Amino acid sequence: MAVRNNRLSAEEYQQHFSDIHPPFETRDAALVEANRCLFCYDAPCTKSCPTSINVPKFIKQITTDNLKGSAYTIFSSNIMGGGCAKVCPVEKLCEGSCVYNFMEEEPIAIARLQRYATERAITEKWPLFERKPSTGKKVAVIGAGPAGLSCAHALSREGVDVTIYEKESKGGGLMTYGIAAYKVTPQFCQEEVDYIIAIGGIEIRYNTTFGKDITLDELQQQYDAVYLAFGVGLARQLYIPGEQLDGVVDAISFIYDIRNSGFPAVPVGDQVAVIGMGMTAIDAATQAKRLGAKDVTLVYRRTQQEMPCTEAEMNIALLDGCKIIWLAAPTEILGEDGKVTQLVCNIVKLEDAANGRRQPVITDEQIILPVDMVIKAAGQMPFEELVHSHQLNNDHGKIATTSNGVTSIAGVFAGGDCVNGGKEVVDAVQAGKDGAKAILEYLQHRNGNNDGNHL
Amino acid sequence: MADISANFLGIKSPNPFWLASAPPTDKKLNVLRAFEAGWGGVVWKTLGSQIKNVSSRYSSVDYNGSRVMGFNNIELISDRPLDLNLREIAECVRLFPDRAMIVSLMADNNRQSWHELIKKVEDTGAHGLELNFGCPHGMTERGMGAAVGQDPDIAARVVEWVMEAATTPVITKLTPNVHSVVPTGRAAVNAGTNALSLINTIQSVTGVDLDTFVPNPNVGGQSTFGGYCGPAVKPIALKMLTTISQDAVTAKVPISGIGGISTWKDAAEFMLLGATTVQVCTAAMHYGFRIIEDLCDGLNNWMDEKGFKTIDDFIGRSVPTLTNWEELDINYHIIAKINQDKCIHCGLCYISCEDGSHQAINLSYGNPYNTYTVKEEECVGCNLCKLVCPVDNCITMEEHRKGDEYLNWKEFQRRGLPLNDH
Repeated sequence: MAVRNNRLSAEEYQQHFSDIHPPFETRDAALVEANRCLFCYDAPCTKSCPTSINVPKFIKQITTDNLKGSAYTIFSSNIMGGGCAKVCPVEKLCEGSCVYNFMEEEPIAIARLQRYATERAITEKWPLFERKPSTGKKVAVIGAGPAGLSCAHALSREGVDVTIYEKESKGGGLMTYGIAAYKVTPQFCQEEVDYIIAIGGIEIRYNTTFGKDITLDELQQQYDAVYLAFGVGLARQLYIPGEQLDGVVDAISFIYDIRNSGFPAVPVGDQVAVIGMGMTAIDAATQAKRLGAKDVTLVYRRTQQEMPCTEAEMNIALLDGCKIIWLAAPTEILGEDGKVTQLVCNIVKLEDAANGRRQPVITDEQIILPVDMVIKAAGQMPFEELVHSHQLNNDHGKIATTSNGVTSIAGVFAGGDCVNGGKEVVDAVQAGKDGAKAILEYLQHRNGNNDGNHL
Repeated sequence: MADISANFLGIKSPNPFWLASAPPTDKKLNVLRAFEAGWGGVVWKTLGSQIKNVSSRYSSVDYNGSRVMGFNNIELISDRPLDLNLREIAECVRLFPDRAMIVSLMADNNRQSWHELIKKVEDTGAHGLELNFGCPHGMTERGMGAAVGQDPDIAARVVEWVMEAATTPVITKLTPNVHSVVPTGRAAVNAGTNALSLINTIQSVTGVDLDTFVPNPNVGGQSTFGGYCGPAVKPIALKMLTTISQDAVTAKVPISGIGGISTWKDAAEFMLLGATTVQVCTAAMHYGFRIIEDLCDGLNNWMDEKGFKTIDDFIGRSVPTLTNWEELDINYHIIAKINQDKCIHCGLCYISCEDGSHQAINLSYGNPYNTYTVKEEECVGCNLCKLVCPVDNCITMEEHRKGDEYLNWKEFQRRGLPLNDH
């Protein structure tokens, strides 16, 4: 057993990490699906989208060969509509609420149609948005992830000059660094960022860390407003013995390495256990398998009913050959010579609780998995220290804001994962829109010598 | 099993489905394959003067992803040599004596031409003749086709010439490119035609290419008015058929119905409105001769279900139910009812009623599913919501009569009852 990198040929890497979400191959294929859409009024799919994309409208526009209009409909609600069409858990959102579900019919392939409309716009660089003349207002945005880019784009459309400070060397945030590469390819992530900032008026300063290379004080002096969208980042620890052993990694950094260093560079074990059943756990498990791990086992303390990932996500893992052990709580990681050798789990039983929900109860019965790598995917934590050091009102490190992103400091706004603690890309995009709206109102009020409201 | 065979003026066919005069019936190769597939009869593509065709010839109208909802052609009558056609017709009659063989004719506009052509065609053993008074393009400019059918006097004269020579049954095919098909139909019947068939194609422009700006079909950068047919024209054909079925003169002769028939259901509708046989073209051009299987099978099963033993049991049955508007019962009133268990919350009933009809559906917002209910006092019973609802029987129209007695418009006016009540 060994943890090593460079397990596969270039062709194999290429094959394993190619896009699993190709758009419709032909116009004809897209039209067959688009024509199934009933064009609902006050459509449930639209109401189930955090960014309220007018789904029936953009699908209708595909059927009338108005692809530019279709892409505009999507992007005007969600500037990352291209990426969201690849990473959104649509079975919980738009497609999950498609009225065809009531007819026991397959819901409209909304995400796939959305990829069809947006992919051409992005690859052919359609200039769908025009920036208003510069107002001379300047806003700093921290983080070039979905919330930051969404906010920057909305501000730039209104003639605000935006500077984004990004600690990484590429934009896109978790889209670029935190999601399986076969869902959104590195090339797509780059194209998407380029497409968003092509509107002009947005400068991204990469490799610049907030709180280190640039401070809030400096930003407040140089800019009319600041938008914080630095996300979450720290992996939650398990707090069990053996967590420090060689071969124990967290899913966030594992996925980050895959996205940042390239596939051959990332070491993976022969027998890998992944702890958790969230989206990140799935992305880690499937990519471990695709990097060449022989056995990958997902370990989860509850059952399929409670798992945070969608069934579609779970099926990707199962199709990749990953195993799942339900009702198993990791209690200890064992090793030899400082390296992982075994993962000890205690069997969990669900017992009916007073509130009607089933409560997990850890039993003494144990199972021991021989492993050479353990990937922890127990969630992410906010940058609590960073938030505290700036005297921002917060809830355990999650920045406290009004519903449209106003923080406790005048002229400072925030949104996305650093506020909500970690949700979908589409939620971050909406937060960016809300933040931009609040900033524009703030800038307008300030023109009238009004400080605006803040928490 | 019901008996679906047809007897049209003594011309017998094992089923009422004939292929209309068109490319599928222009040669032996095709007609034999059609007979093998099970078609009851054919109307051989129109014979007449020698012509020359152009390329391209067809265009169509697609709707919401369905191809060829409407079909259009600028093709002329048969461009094959007359002798070859006659020889092949004779062979087809010999090989399939139990199938109807009607030959469509369009001679030059004089008595002698018609007489000569009829003689030659009847020598083949064909069972009947169909006079093409309907072709809307190419031939009209030469005083033939629709140019004949659009003028009752000319039509009558030609039918008289034909009847002088014909020994087999004569069917006169009517053009729909008139304000009413009845005058020409009457003229043809009075001149002695044994039967009528309708409709021929409707003059059309199916569309304009938004890149070249040339309407279709494109013939080297130009186009011309064509003849429209296919599923899109069925309602127009049914209306024209009904006027022929209801007219005292034209109702005396049997009718072969034509116009967008694609399924056994379409055929049954034509027959209920008076057609003894039906002619099919676009559907066969679209999907091939194999569609005959379900045409026969479906009609047969439907007849069994309804207890009809022969097609005569239902031909014309629906004709009396089509009446003038002023005969309709004003006291008959229906109100839409939405079955909440079947509702899929698409909102189409609401928005169509709200923007397109009488604002009689109530919307109660939900997340993400709204609830839609009928405002009974506002509902005029127009059917729109039921028509647009994607779920069968989710919206039903329930009878709530305004009064017990039958009350039509004439009586309503006579009694001076109040108007503008809604």
